Amino acid sequence: MYDVIIIGAGVVGCSTAYWLSQYEMSIALLETHNDVANGTTKANSGCMHAGYDPQPGSLMAKYNVEGSLMAKELCEKLDVPYSNDGSLVLAYNQQDRQTLQELYKRGIENGVKELYILDEKETRKLEPLLSEKVVGSLYAKTSAIIDPWQYTIALAEVAVENGVDLKLSNEVKAITKENDIFTITTSKGQYRCKYIINAAGVYSDVVHEMIGEKEFTIIPVRGQYFLLDKNEGEKVHLTLFQCPSKYGKGVAVCPTVHGNMIVGPNAETVQFEDLATTTEALNYIKERSALTMDCINFRDNIRNFAGVRARSDRQDFIIEESKSVKNFYNLAGMASPGLTAACAIGYHVIDWLNTKERFVKKENYKETRKKVRFKDLSFEEKNEMIAKNPAYGRIICRCEQVTEGEILDCFNSPIPPQSIDGIKRRTNAGMGRCQSGFCGEKVAMILKEKLNIEFNEILLDKEGSNILMSKAKEGDY
Amino acid sequence: MYDLIVVGAGPAGLSAALTAYENGLKKILVVERDKEMGGILNQCIHNGFGLHLFKKELTGPEFAGRFIEKIKETDIEIMLDTMVLDMDKNKNVYILNTNGYKKLSAKAIILAMGCRERTRGAIATPGDRGAGVYTAGAAQRYMNMNGYSVGNKVVILGSGDIGLIMARRMTLEGAKVLACIEINPYSAGLRRNIKQCLEDFDIPLYLSHTITDIKCTNNRVSKVIISKVDEAYNIIEGSEIEIKCDTVLLSIGLIPENELSKEADITIDERTKGPVVYENMETSVEGIFCCGNVVQVHDLADNVAMEAKKAAKAACKYILEEKTFVREIKVEANKPITYTIPQKIHLPIEEKVVDISFRTNKVLDKCVIKVTNSNGEVVCKYPREYVIPAELEKINVPVSLIKDEQNSITIYIEED
Repeated sequence: MYDVIIIGAGVVGCSTAYWLSQYEMSIALLETHNDVANGTTKANSGCMHAGYDPQPGSLMAKYNVEGSLMAKELCEKLDVPYSNDGSLVLAYNQQDRQTLQELYKRGIENGVKELYILDEKETRKLEPLLSEKVVGSLYAKTSAIIDPWQYTIALAEVAVENGVDLKLSNEVKAITKENDIFTITTSKGQYRCKYIINAAGVYSDVVHEMIGEKEFTIIPVRGQYFLLDKNEGEKVHLTLFQCPSKYGKGVAVCPTVHGNMIVGPNAETVQFEDLATTTEALNYIKERSALTMDCINFRDNIRNFAGVRARSDRQDFIIEESKSVKNFYNLAGMASPGLTAACAIGYHVIDWLNTKERFVKKENYKETRKKVRFKDLSFEEKNEMIAKNPAYGRIICRCEQVTEGEILDCFNSPIPPQSIDGIKRRTNAGMGRCQSGFCGEKVAMILKEKLNIEFNEILLDKEGSNILMSKAKEGDY
Repeated sequence: MYDLIVVGAGPAGLSAALTAYENGLKKILVVERDKEMGGILNQCIHNGFGLHLFKKELTGPEFAGRFIEKIKETDIEIMLDTMVLDMDKNKNVYILNTNGYKKLSAKAIILAMGCRERTRGAIATPGDRGAGVYTAGAAQRYMNMNGYSVGNKVVILGSGDIGLIMARRMTLEGAKVLACIEINPYSAGLRRNIKQCLEDFDIPLYLSHTITDIKCTNNRVSKVIISKVDEAYNIIEGSEIEIKCDTVLLSIGLIPENELSKEADITIDERTKGPVVYENMETSVEGIFCCGNVVQVHDLADNVAMEAKKAAKAACKYILEEKTFVREIKVEANKPITYTIPQKIHLPIEEKVVDISFRTNKVLDKCVIKVTNSNGEVVCKYPREYVIPAELEKINVPVSLIKDEQNSITIYIEED
């Protein structure tokens, strides 16, 4: 029996687990997939928005601005790649300039600091390779980029170290309640608790309706992306948005914390987790991105992917106790700026729980995490690390220069990876320009050995994604 | 201080190191990232290697073995399981292995890092992203180095040689190879591989087709949709064919790996993705040479080894002799020639001929390759029965015919 069960180990669920784990309470974190950060969290632009976009007074505005302010320190504590380079909203005509003024005013009202309206010359000084069509911009200096999956993994790792029971591969099937105690039935077993935090992303309405009335509907909105080689990454320095217009919010061109360029997304309603990419959408993104930068070489694309935003039928985040089920809290409708807001949303969950009963802070808890990133070490530090552990002297992923030592480190972490992509999200191995063509096999064999599994059990990512099917024939010698 | 550091111990690096040794260099180091010498040859267990160089049909490992045995008899230093992380134009090389991270220096460097395979991202093939999509070389590695097969029902996208070889290999291992899909109206692989790897096993080759969707069921590939394309590579609506399969192998081209070359400020040719080279395989940085698939993608390992010899001899000359040349001329290419190697020629030089190799992006029957000087006068011509994109074309230009040239020579092809 737990005090709290959090359903869904995306960024919202993991942030909630991170903050709650500082209190004297028992917590379980349930996740359908075999890893944390495996839904909406892993497939987005990685932008930490400044907060000029949401309507003043909305939950989005409140948590976005608060989250944006919290994220920098949190990323430092968690040793997560974070880069505070700022963003531009680009204007193309007089009407756009007016929109920029509105966004500026909204930002000020929302409490966003360091917002500036720039003319064309000032804009180009910050980002020289912009298309000819750009005539001005809104510069938000507090906008940042992060590694969304490392961020979420780090939050979850610290939570686990503070005693949270992470239950992976546990898909929630049914929820019942008797004498104020919930029983959650999953694909693996049954868990009981006093409070439920529903952070089930695109499935949060489904999960809520397992026990409650229909109070909201999630409308999954797919966004597709191009991820380009680091050669292209050099062209972009700030997160570049297009001025919202009658054509929609526009396509963003951004740097990633790893040094790549990311271009996207579009927006299209889909069924649940349809993560396919389509020629139409990719062509649309290419075309629209030219408004921002017409010199992007899409031949240097290394990967396309799609993510599904859990947009709800309300215009805002849903952060509230269920109206039909007492002690059941919904953290739902986490469309953009969900990633930015997540840390602030999780931070405040304790406020609700403390209206029901009093949870006190633990005397001792962890709030930080350290990670070896061999590539970023100095010449001397590299040699010190190799002297301690020679596995740091062996490169496994040549494109991203990831060492065997770093890959082995993940298996000693609080949440060991269960798949090749699990290793990728923790170390960057396979994320580079050869897309694991060279290191995939090495990583797979390490995984096989460390998990002590058969070759045909090696997973690329989710369950079912087995990479090897049979043994080669034995030869006659 | 080494005389020569060779980066890579594949066919190019091994051949270069051995030639440099035979030509009198004393302190030679070969740095190899893998745990053994041989490079990609170790996973190429099919035959067809060595016909030109050794007049004998060898497998990849046997071909590599010929060099490795000879190298073992020399005092060439080999560092295995060692990665070059950085390099500069002053010929300092930063290496990483389990003993530490070190800076080494050499009088000359030969780059022989080879190439990598183009991936799904490069051609933005849409669809789901479960397991079951591999580059052909990666599948080959699983099969031949680890003894595991990546799938049972296979569709191959692209008709590059590795894909063709894998079509045969997977068939022999009991998989069903359902189709090979090529977007161009011609094959990207050698004629002999089309015959021996597809036709002999009744594997259909769909020219002017591409994969327009990959569908997964339970996170593994379950089918692909292929469509016909027109001459401008636009997808022809209504031409879709569905093929149920569990595996897609990509054989859609190779890219010379020059991230290290860029660290040393070596000029890269955007057409080849390899360094701009002179006739002696020297890069834009004096004393740094390159050879093999890091320069251009070759059809045959034999040619890689030959090119390496040229680079090694030039590196020896660079270290041991005074240079003879005082100027350089450019080698220009006209369509449908896509590039030439070399892109520049030093003059005057002692050599009697300059080898120029190139590829076209068009199939040509009965044609004449012509070389003109900067006045537009034809200085030499080479008739050919055919020139095809899949096969690297080569001409030998007598130096005597271009020795007075001051600016450039141009290579072009005329169809009869």
